[in-house]
Amino acid sequence: MTELTRLDAAELGRRIASREVSSREVTAACFDRIEAVDGAVRAFLTTDRERALQAADAIDTRIAAGEKLGPLAGVPIAVKDLLCYQGLPTTASSRILEGWMPPYNSTVVERLLDAGLVILGKTNLDEFALGSSTETSAFGPTHNPWALDRIPGGSGGGSAAALASFEAPLAIGTDTGGSIRQPAAVTGTVGVKPTYGAVSRYGIIAVASSLDQAGPCARNVYDTALLHDVIVGRDPRDGTSVELSGTQAVGVADMARRADVKGLRIGVVKELGGEGYQPGVEQRFREAVQVLVQAGAEVVEVSCPHFVHSLATYYLIMPAEVSSNLSRYDGMRYGLRKGGPDATTEQVMRASRGAGFGAEAKRRIILGTYALSAGYYDAYYGSAQKMRTLIARDFAVAYEVCDVLVSPTTPTTAFKLGEKVDDPLAMYMSDLCTIPVNLAGIAAGSVPCGLSPDDGLPVGFQIIAPALQDARVYQVAAALEAALDTQRGHPLLDDAPALGEAR
Amino acid sequence: MMNDLMDFDEVLARFEPVIGLEVHVELSTASKMWCGCSTTAGAEPNTHVCPVCLGLPGSLPVVNQSAIEAAIRIGLMLNCSIASWCRFARKNYFYPDMTKDYQISQYDEPIAFDGTVTIDVGGEPFTVPIERAHMEEDAGKLTHIGGSGRIQDADYSLADYNRAGVPLIEIVTKPVTGAGARAPEVARAYMEFLRDAVKALGVSDARLERGNMRCDVNVSLMPIGSEVLGTRSETKNVNSLRTVEESVRYEMRRQGAILAAGGRVKQETRHWNEAGYTTPGRSKEEAEDYRYFPEPDLVPVAPDAAWVEQLRESLPENPVSRRSRLRAAWGLADREFDDVVGVDGALDLIDATVAAGASPAGARKWWMGELARRANEQGCGLDELTITPKQVAEIQDLVETGALTDRLAREVFDGVLGGEGTPAQVIEARGLAVVSDDGALAEAVQAVLAANPDIVAKIRDGKTAAAGALIGQVMGRLQGKADAARVRELIMEACA
Repeated sequence: MTELTRLDAAELGRRIASREVSSREVTAACFDRIEAVDGAVRAFLTTDRERALQAADAIDTRIAAGEKLGPLAGVPIAVKDLLCYQGLPTTASSRILEGWMPPYNSTVVERLLDAGLVILGKTNLDEFALGSSTETSAFGPTHNPWALDRIPGGSGGGSAAALASFEAPLAIGTDTGGSIRQPAAVTGTVGVKPTYGAVSRYGIIAVASSLDQAGPCARNVYDTALLHDVIVGRDPRDGTSVELSGTQAVGVADMARRADVKGLRIGVVKELGGEGYQPGVEQRFREAVQVLVQAGAEVVEVSCPHFVHSLATYYLIMPAEVSSNLSRYDGMRYGLRKGGPDATTEQVMRASRGAGFGAEAKRRIILGTYALSAGYYDAYYGSAQKMRTLIARDFAVAYEVCDVLVSPTTPTTAFKLGEKVDDPLAMYMSDLCTIPVNLAGIAAGSVPCGLSPDDGLPVGFQIIAPALQDARVYQVAAALEAALDTQRGHPLLDDAPALGEAR
Repeated sequence: MMNDLMDFDEVLARFEPVIGLEVHVELSTASKMWCGCSTTAGAEPNTHVCPVCLGLPGSLPVVNQSAIEAAIRIGLMLNCSIASWCRFARKNYFYPDMTKDYQISQYDEPIAFDGTVTIDVGGEPFTVPIERAHMEEDAGKLTHIGGSGRIQDADYSLADYNRAGVPLIEIVTKPVTGAGARAPEVARAYMEFLRDAVKALGVSDARLERGNMRCDVNVSLMPIGSEVLGTRSETKNVNSLRTVEESVRYEMRRQGAILAAGGRVKQETRHWNEAGYTTPGRSKEEAEDYRYFPEPDLVPVAPDAAWVEQLRESLPENPVSRRSRLRAAWGLADREFDDVVGVDGALDLIDATVAAGASPAGARKWWMGELARRANEQGCGLDELTITPKQVAEIQDLVETGALTDRLAREVFDGVLGGEGTPAQVIEARGLAVVSDDGALAEAVQAVLAANPDIVAKIRDGKTAAAGALIGQVMGRLQGKADAARVRELIMEACA
C-alpha cells in the first residue's frame, strides 16, 4: 500500500491541484490497493480502471492548463451500485438487473463528474438496498475490514468497506433506513444522510421513494462535508428535491472546519438506548457525550415517545413503496427474462421475478403488497402514515429544547456474517436508531466514537439535525472527531488491522 | 355474435335507464405529463421516449404544469370545485403497456370534483352531474401479432411507448338518471359538449376518431318504480359520437332482454364492435385490487386560489350558450345549423370566417360544401386544410363583389390548398380575376355579335332566350373570367 491511499480526500485534492501528485497516480494507487485487498473485502462489484485513468488524465490536463477546479477534483470515489452511471452496469446487487447498462447518469453521478471526481467503480450492497449486512446481495457479501468474518453493515456495506480498507477515500451511499449510517458505524467511517430532498434521487434506483436519500461517505468528517457540498442542490428532474438556504446553501464544509459546539444544546434521546443495546456501545456513546460537554456543549435528555413504534411503522411504509417500485422489473423490457418461447406475458413476468429476486426482496414485496391491499390499507399503511406524522412531531418537540439529537448509531457493533440471515427481525433491529430519521425526512450522520471495550470493534455516534440544518451534523461530528483524535493521538482507522496485501 | 334484444319502447315501458360516462381526454400539451418528450402522435415507434416515460430504473416523474392548468380549466368548465390540495396516486397493476407496472393517476383526491353541466339535447336542456375530473398518464400502445389480435393468443406483441406518459384527464359523471327515452341522445350530447368544451379551452385536439377522446359507457337498468341501481356493464372502445349513442341504446336493449327473461346482468366490461353490437370482455365481478397509495415521487398539487379565480375568469364561452348565440345570430336554417354542429370543427371555422368579415351563409356554403368535400377527399379534418378562415372570408368577399365567380373561387381554393400562396397570389398567378374592364368586355361582345348575325336577329325579334348561346361564346373568349350577368346586359344593350 502506498502512502497515497491513506491520505484524506481533502489532502489529495490539494496535492493534485498543486500538481505535487497527479490524479492518475492517486487513481492508480487506489486500483492497486483494490487489486491487493478486494479479494478478501469484496467491496466492489465492478471497476473500470481504464476509464478511471482516462478521467484522471483529463483532470490532470485541465489542472496543468491552469484551470481552477473544485477541492475534490481528481480525487477517486466509489459509488454504490444503486446509482446509474452510464457505461458501467447498474445492478442494485440483484440478478434481475444483472448486466443492465443504464443509458443515462444519475444527477449525483453528474455532479461528481462535474466536480472532477474520478469514479473507480460500483460498490456492493444488499439486493435493492434491502438489508443491513450486504448479505442479501446476489453477488455475495462484503466483509468488514476490521474483522473479515463480520458484516460491513448494510445496505451500503460495499461503500463503507471500500473506505475502511483504504481502497477509496470517498464513497457515495444511499440511506432508506440507515444504509449510510449503520455501515459507517460498524466500519469506523463517517456517513451522512442529508435532509430528504437535499440530494436529487434522479437516477438512483428507487427503494422506498419517500425515505430514500443519497449521501456522502468518507474516512473523516471534513472529507464527508466536502463531498456533501458537491452532491446537494435542487434538481429540476426530481420533484421532491428542495431548494437549499442559509448555511446549507453556503456549504457544510465551513461548519465542519470550525468544529465548534460551544453553547450548542445536545439532546440525548431516552428511547434510543437501554435494553438490547450492547454495553460497550452504550459506554462509548456516553463517553462521547461527555467529550462534547467538555467541548462546551449543553446536554439535555429528551423523550420521543413514539420512537418505540418506528420499526413497525417503517416496516409497513418501506415495503409498501418497495412493492410498487420493484414492479417494473418484469422481464418485459430489460434485465433478466425467464420463460420459454411459448410463455405468455404473465408467465414471463412470474418466472422472471421468481428467478430474479432474492428472498429478502420477495419478503418485502409480499409484505408491502399485503399492507396496501384493499381492506387492509387503513389498518396498515394508513395507520403507519399517521404514526409517521407522530414520530416527526416527536422530533419537532425535541428541537424546541435542543439543537441536535444524539444516539448510538446502532445498538451493537458489527455482528458475524451469517449470524442473523435466518432471523429477519433481529436483522431489522440493526436500524432501530436510524429509522426514525428517515421517517421524519431530517438529516443525520454517524461518526466513530471509539472501539467497543467488549469486542474491540468500532462504535458509531449518531447526530440528528432538523430538516435543512445538515450543517449542525457536521459541526458536532467534527468537534467530536477532533477531540477523540486528539485524545487517541491518531484517527481511529489507524487502529484497523492491516489487511494482507496478498490475495 | 348476437345477443337477444328487447324492443326499445318495451325497455322504456319496464325500466329506467341509468347511464354513466367516463371520458378520457388526451391533452395537447407540447410535452408529456412527467418528462419533456413530445406528445405528437404518428412518429416512428419508440422515438418519443426517454428514461422517464420508459420507466427505467432510477427515473423520476416531474409534473407538467400546463397539464395541471388544463385540468383545472376543464374542472371549472364543468362547474366543479377545485381541490386546494390534492395528490397523485399509484394504481398498481402488471401489464406491459405500463412501463412502471403502475399508472400515476389520482385516487381519492381528484383535482376537480362535484360539478354539473347543462347540455343541449335536441334543443332541450339536460343537466348531467359530474363526479370528478382527475389527472393521469396514458399507457403505451401494444400491437398483438398473430391469433385474433388480442394479447391472449398473439404470437408476439409489439410495444410502442410514444404514447406512454401523455397527459390524460379522466372525467367521470355521477349516475345519470331521468333521461328515459333520451338516454342515448343524452350520452351523445354530453360527449359532444365535452368535445366542444375542451376544444374551446384549447387543451385537446379532441378528435374522437384518433383516440384523443375515449369514452367508456356504463349502462344499467332499474325497474320502473325502483330506487336501487341495477348491475351495470361498461362498454369500452366507444370512439365516435354516433357509437356513444348506439352503444347506450344497444346495452339498454340487451340488458332489457336479459332481465325480462329473469336473468342477471353480469358486471363486466364489454367491447363495442363497429358492426353495432357489444361483446363481453373482462369480468369485473371480482374487483381488481390496484393497491392505490399516494405517489411518493411527486409533491402534492396545491393550486393557489387567486390563480384558480384568474383561470375561471378567463374561461371561454360555454359551448351550449355559444351554440344558441350563434344559432340566433347567423340566421341559418335549423337543419343547416345542426349540420354545422355535426361536423368536427365546422362551427369554429365558420365562426372565425364570419369574424373575418364573411356572411354566415357564405361562410357556411364554402366550409360545408367545397371545403368539406376536399377534406373528405384528403381524409383530414376541416381544420387541417391548409386554408385559413380569413382566406375563405377574402375569397367569399371577392365573390360577393363580383370579382370572382363561384367557378373561379373554386380554382382559387385549388391554388391555396395546393400551396400556391395566398388567394391574391393565386388569382394573380393563375390570372383568375373576372374581366370587369368594360372595354375588353365590349370588344368580346362585339366580336361575338358580328359572328352571329342570325342569333342577333332572333334577339331583336324578341326571342331573348337566344342570348344564352351568345353569352356562352363571350365567356368562352374570356376564359370564363367574366360576370355572366354583365355580359348579358351588354348583349341586350347592343341588340336593343
